[in-house]
Amino acid sequence: MSASTAVEAIVESEYEHGFITEIESDTFLPGLDEGVVRAISARKGEPEFLLEYRLKAFRHWQTLATPKWAHVYYPEIDYQAISYFSAPKSTDGPKSLDEIDPALRETYNKLGIPIEEQMALSGIAVDAVFDSVSVATTFRTKLAEAGVIFCAISEAVHDYPDLIKQHLGSVVPHTDNFYAALNAAVFSDGTFVYVPKGVRCPMELSTYFRINARNTGQFERTLIVAEAGSHVSYLEGCTAPMRDENQLHAAVVELIAMDDAEIKYSTVQNWYPGDAQGRGGIYNFVTKRGDCRGARSKISWTQVETGSAITWKYPSCLLRGDDSVGEFYSVAVTKGRQQADTGTKMIHLGRNTRSTIVSKGISAGEGQQTYRGLVRIAAKAQGARNHTQCDSLLIGDRCGAHTFPYIEVKNPSAQMEHEATTSKISDDQLFYCRSRGLTTEDSVSMIVNGFCKQVFNQLPMEFAVEAQKLLSISLEGAVG
Amino acid sequence: MLSIKGLKANVGDKEILKGLDLEIGRGEVHAIMGPNGSGKSTLAHVLSGREGYTVTGGSVTFEGQDLLDLEPEARAHLGLFLAFQYPVELPGVNNTYFLKAALNAIRKARGEPELDAVSFLRLMKEKLKVLHLDDSLLKRPVNFGFSGGEKKRNEIFQMAILEPKLAILDETDSGLDIDALRIVADGVNALRSPERSVILVTHYQRLLDYIQPDYVHVLAKGQIIRSGGKELALELEDKGYGWLGAEEAA
Ligand SMILES: Nc1ncnc2c1ncn2[C@@H]1O[C@H](COP(=O)(O)OP(=O)(O)OP(=O)(O)O)[C@@H](O)[C@H]1O
Ligand SMILES: [Mg+2]
Repeated sequence: MSASTAVEAIVESEYEHGFITEIESDTFLPGLDEGVVRAISARKGEPEFLLEYRLKAFRHWQTLATPKWAHVYYPEIDYQAISYFSAPKSTDGPKSLDEIDPALRETYNKLGIPIEEQMALSGIAVDAVFDSVSVATTFRTKLAEAGVIFCAISEAVHDYPDLIKQHLGSVVPHTDNFYAALNAAVFSDGTFVYVPKGVRCPMELSTYFRINARNTGQFERTLIVAEAGSHVSYLEGCTAPMRDENQLHAAVVELIAMDDAEIKYSTVQNWYPGDAQGRGGIYNFVTKRGDCRGARSKISWTQVETGSAITWKYPSCLLRGDDSVGEFYSVAVTKGRQQADTGTKMIHLGRNTRSTIVSKGISAGEGQQTYRGLVRIAAKAQGARNHTQCDSLLIGDRCGAHTFPYIEVKNPSAQMEHEATTSKISDDQLFYCRSRGLTTEDSVSMIVNGFCKQVFNQLPMEFAVEAQKLLSISLEGAVG
Repeated sequence: MLSIKGLKANVGDKEILKGLDLEIGRGEVHAIMGPNGSGKSTLAHVLSGREGYTVTGGSVTFEGQDLLDLEPEARAHLGLFLAFQYPVELPGVNNTYFLKAALNAIRKARGEPELDAVSFLRLMKEKLKVLHLDDSLLKRPVNFGFSGGEKKRNEIFQMAILEPKLAILDETDSGLDIDALRIVADGVNALRSPERSVILVTHYQRLLDYIQPDYVHVLAKGQIIRSGGKELALELEDKGYGWLGAEEAA
């Protein structure tokens, strides 16, 4: 078997995490108008300021058109055909795992994410988002001792309204773009993290996102605030059940790092990509942005994207503080009919700001992948530096990789480096591995993992293992 | 152990191997020499199952099994090993990790228990000593950025770890300095046993000073045109291939 045919056979493997949990949900009828926005807010018993915020965003959203510039193609989305609220029943808040719906726990078990084990073994606090409402939050006490707040954003709205009022929308304003406006109007739930001054968060914070209720758009909202001199590492991972209809996911993530603070945000994303014809996959239109507001602050995005039918995602950094640092490490896989338009924006505003971009794109089957990266050096950003490395690996000859680097330099002292490569898994490499006794699948997996090494090295240990496994599953089916 | 009868193989429309016969017994070392382009590497690749060659005639059996029907990895599981004339680079793939995966794939296929990390490291240390290899190479990606000589030594190191029943060394001596040549030869000699056979493809008598072959063959125009003992190599060194009627690309 040649490299391309072998790999194609592998790539046609079915999505492993396809199943739908039978769980009673309480879902709004499809449709979106001011009444729905008010109803969402009312259901959550939100304070007035938040309702006002939602309404403002909704009115703005109505004036906007869907962005068309991305290199992705899909049928027009009917926003009136989507239901904007879904909550699992009995969400009074479980005291222990025993109180969690057995069907829900079964779902996690099928995914190989036994919460109990994670709690016991890894010391990771898990804020599991099932559809729109958080139903499991752990390790709250230990975090509370350190003064770290880690909770559902809907809870934070009640418990810490001042922090929410101060920070929500301060990095991604509701006017930012079409999807950000929509999210601000109807966001369902999400996560809030607050790390006080000088505190090093005692554990990795982790959330498993799942989309489950049929035909319910999901609008996560995440807000992480790291006060001066603090440090936090946040892990986001998702898988979703197989479905028939396209599902819209328009999340907003906002990160704020004050002086000397550091936020590390890692994502492993494995949403249902659709069948071989491209039917039924998730549409993932996400706005993620970090604000290095303080001097010497650092925000690092690491993402491993293997799922979704369409991905539209540019985790970005606003480098406002002097000497602040932004990083973006990405592995994105597109296979079958998947389309991804992803990349980052590094906006250098402060002096001596530095950014690093490492993007590894893997395309197989008829997958289409676009790297779109903007590096902007503002006039005041004396001594700014950027290093960009953008590598594409093509598997087979029907897929595509496209690179659109945008560079705007307004300060002559800037140092910019850009490297880009496109390669294929060669028959030589495949034969070399197989002649040593490895199967074709293991060989491909090894070569692809090698290609992604630089990015995996950035992930926390246990997440890196997960990511490698995911990559193997998504390219190999049988393995893993 | 290995029996090749009337082997014919094409690359595209071009016939490269034109009815090749070769018998290799258990524990024997055979040297294959011959002009550039005569088909030595082609033979090595056909034996290890590389894509892109069409066997149009003849047979190859290895320990009684028909080798030509098997996938490359299945041949490795049976105990076949090819040290490449041009070892391939695998960027980002850690050398140690690669070798451990390979060894365990072979062990698993044979129904033997897989080696854990500790036992594997012990095994590696032991083999490193024999080959005087710098262990920093093991932390680097497979062959990536290795010098020509380092790549060749890495092949021999892999062979030492995988302990094949039949090793085919395709010009492993080319590009080695004198010390490295001795080290490689030591590595091969250390592996010599009544159970193990070796095919050495080489252009130089020099290697055969260190690894004494039981038989020497001349491959020209896709056939073995002369076989003899180790004195044949000396004769070739002296006279070249011309007197055998094997000028072609030489
Ligand atoms: N992929 C290929 N496509 C076309 N011709 C090929 C291919 N592979 C080998 N050949 C040809 O087959 C013939 C034998 O090549 P081979 O590599 O087996 O020679 P060799 O005896 O190993 O030579 P050397 O001593 O130079 O290594 C050569 O003429 C070569 O050009
Ligand atoms: Mg050759």
